Amino acid sequence: MSDKSNIIKVGIADLNIVKAPDKIRTSGLGSCVGVVIYDASKKIAGLSHVLLPDSSATKQVKLNQYKYADTAIPSLVDLLLENGARKFALKAKIAGGAQMFQFNSGSDIMRIGPRNTEAVEQKLMELKIPIIALDVGGNVGRTIEFDPETCDLNIRKVNKEAFII
Amino acid sequence: MDYNKLTFKQKDVLREIGNIGAGNAATSLSTLLNKKIEMNVPSVNIIGYDEIMELIGGPDEVIVGLMFRIHGEAPGTVYFILKVEEAEYLVRQLTNDPNFSLFDDIEDKEMAFSALHEIGNIVTGSYLTALSDFTKINMQPSVPYLGIDMAGAILTVGLLEISQLTDYAIIIDTEIKGEKQSKEGIKGNFFLLPDPESFSKIFKALGINDYE
Repeated sequence: MSDKSNIIKVGIADLNIVKAPDKIRTSGLGSCVGVVIYDASKKIAGLSHVLLPDSSATKQVKLNQYKYADTAIPSLVDLLLENGARKFALKAKIAGGAQMFQFNSGSDIMRIGPRNTEAVEQKLMELKIPIIALDVGGNVGRTIEFDPETCDLNIRKVNKEAFII
Repeated sequence: MDYNKLTFKQKDVLREIGNIGAGNAATSLSTLLNKKIEMNVPSVNIIGYDEIMELIGGPDEVIVGLMFRIHGEAPGTVYFILKVEEAEYLVRQLTNDPNFSLFDDIEDKEMAFSALHEIGNIVTGSYLTALSDFTKINMQPSVPYLGIDMAGAILTVGLLEISQLTDYAIIIDTEIKGEKQSKEGIKGNFFLLPDPESFSKIFKALGINDYE
């Protein structure tokens, strides 16, 4: 990068926040959903890479809160508020939730992409955070990058032009 | 089972499983292509999700992944992973179309996809047959699921089953490849991801108990 901005990378089942001029990115979203929550005038944003919809289904003793839509999103909101974002100003953009393979068996785990999307939408609605733009579903992977300066979410898919929502 | 505490003996057995499976798979790929195929010593990794993607070049890396669910007494997931060029090379070899490219806008991809499915069936079938014979555990592969996309997107599918239980996966990674001297690289990775409950069955079948 020629300018002074850094790109914060968020891994699977992880989350982080960023302030302009830095950007935040997560790579290779398939059935996972990338949830960006931001306060446009404070130029602060957070990104959560949600792997699973619902923490109540966990069999894990020590819960990884950043893995599930219902626990990761509140954690991200808390982190944003601690760092100067204002609750009423929060907006969201989401991408991902694809179904990479078409399975014959109707097993729930295999419908995870759409279920992740639903869970994210549900949680954002509960928290009264409006979804400004989204690019979800399909059967393709996505790499997304958010710029808190412009509030653009750049979405890249394999062998396609990148675009902004 | 505690994912972080595999004994040396348990790791050794898992490595041997990777060895036997990939050895058999290399032989069948070799027969299919009429070329010599070698394999590396398998590695058994207990790693987080992000590190799995790093094993094959990061979550952004475009790969050709053939995924199979393993049905039977010790369920799990197995991937046969190729880089795009390697998959194209295999398709060219099998279809006698020297100009084939996976991302060309050609109508006629059916043939190529069907060739890839078939390679996956043969290679992974022989991998699982060897495992099954060695462990005396019945393992049946599902139909192949072919994905040409980012590694993160494709590999996450195989982690979902595990991810309900832990943030780590035990992954048995074996690489098969063409001879060093040959310019045309064939290189594929097998990732074997047994479901959490399958480990004790595998260990038991091979005469190791969990607490040794």
